[in-house]
Amino acid sequence: MSVMNDIDMAAPRREAWRPGKVFWGVLSFATGIGLWWLATVLGFSELPDPFTVLGRIVELALSGQLWVDMGASLRRVLIGFILGSALAVPVGFLMGWYKVARAIIDPWIQFFRVIPPLAIIPLAIVTLGIDEKPKIFVIFLAAFLSSVVSTYQGVVSVDRTYINAARVLGAKDRTIFLRVVIPASTPFILVGFRIGLGSAWATVVAAELIAAQSGLGFRMQQAQLYYDLPTIFVSLIAIGILGLIMDRIVVRAEERLTHWQERI
Amino acid sequence: MTGDPHKISFRNVSKVFGEGANAFTALKNLNLDIADGEIVTVVGPSGCGKSTAMNIVAGLTEVSAGECLVDGHPVSGPGPDRGVIFQQYALFPWLTVRENVAFGLMLQGMDKQERNARADHYLELVGLGDFGDAYPKTLSGGMKQRCAIARAYAVNPSVLLMDEPFGALDALTRVRLQDQLLDTWSKDRRTVMFITHDVDEAVYIAHRVIVLAARPGRLQQIIDVDLPFPRTEDIRLSPEFTAIRNQVWRAVYHRDETAAA
Repeated sequence: MSVMNDIDMAAPRREAWRPGKVFWGVLSFATGIGLWWLATVLGFSELPDPFTVLGRIVELALSGQLWVDMGASLRRVLIGFILGSALAVPVGFLMGWYKVARAIIDPWIQFFRVIPPLAIIPLAIVTLGIDEKPKIFVIFLAAFLSSVVSTYQGVVSVDRTYINAARVLGAKDRTIFLRVVIPASTPFILVGFRIGLGSAWATVVAAELIAAQSGLGFRMQQAQLYYDLPTIFVSLIAIGILGLIMDRIVVRAEERLTHWQERI
Repeated sequence: MTGDPHKISFRNVSKVFGEGANAFTALKNLNLDIADGEIVTVVGPSGCGKSTAMNIVAGLTEVSAGECLVDGHPVSGPGPDRGVIFQQYALFPWLTVRENVAFGLMLQGMDKQERNARADHYLELVGLGDFGDAYPKTLSGGMKQRCAIARAYAVNPSVLLMDEPFGALDALTRVRLQDQLLDTWSKDRRTVMFITHDVDEAVYIAHRVIVLAARPGRLQQIIDVDLPFPRTEDIRLSPEFTAIRNQVWRAVYHRDETAAA
């Protein structure tokens, strides 16, 4: 049958393609670092060369400083992101399911969405102090606003025919919500998580630049005062790698939870 | 109900969508009786209200005037006694084929083992026995529609409402599914209301063809299909079939031709 053929052909084709993708990725990365090294050696730039930065990474890793900073930033992001998403999902469902809730909440969301979370930092510092609270609050806000909009979009765009199909089989509102609306909007929610995590990560670094005693953003701020370019590079690389890892984790979760989706 | 021999009755049913200047009359004063175990097909141009009529029986649309009775009782909301098969299949993509078919049984509180066994029975019936664990995205259009039919059958409805169920399929698959539908019907006679655009299909599977006219949607003509069951290829190619087909064709298209000329 044609279905069997489709399955048989899809699997090997994907596997055959993978090594190529990795190869080009590695090549591209190696070329980039090579160009960076060349630029510093030829004196086009005052940037530290890759080996100096690598040395600093080892140094900061051995002294434990790097792990402390990464841990501090990661902790803030995770707390803020988890709180933000945990609130965003029920609020998004509420807005998508009840028109009145949507009419009441939506104007607020739309208003706060256009204010960059970073603009809230001064207010947060004044009202919440300079410890962890203002940073976590700003990250919470950033993650919440990204996730709530996509959850709500997900609920609103659930195909009417799915709901009708469930109703004619005897499903009542509660069952439709649990068995149809939630699974059907899961892909949207996960996209929201991904965007939310991205903006949480972007916000933490900025928050630490302004007021912090630890974290990757704080370390860069300190390094800037002493013109310590290699340390700035180490922080940037750490931010990039951590962000990438977190993004990959969400993408993997997405693939597992929504494997049933037709992908183009 | 013993007092009413009809399975489905439309009594002066009208349906108006919207209000004021935007009001659109989808159905006007429809009177129609469908007998228990009868297969009727409904044909007509776009806007003739054929889907609206079906949604009223399904309980997905409320009447504006008149009443629609199923087993002598006015329809109030959808229920598992009336199975619906949608043109867009409407399979839940996050469930396997078996879970889709078992969905209605799950809602009735049947335990997992029993409902899976029953789902497998209906999947066998539509020739999808080997695909219980597959997800809908791996099925072809015809297979998806067979799965949707199995899902509707599984809750054992006494009425099957089919809204252009084979419309998106190629001609060959469509003919096969028509035969399969009749085959299943002959073993287990349910009342079928089947909406289609395809005049051949309308005649081939039906006891009666209901022709609706558009703007406003109303009954134009009821054509009896006096052909024996089981319907076979010989019947499909017979002059009697062609004669009825031509009659339906004229009833559906003739008005439009004169209007265009």
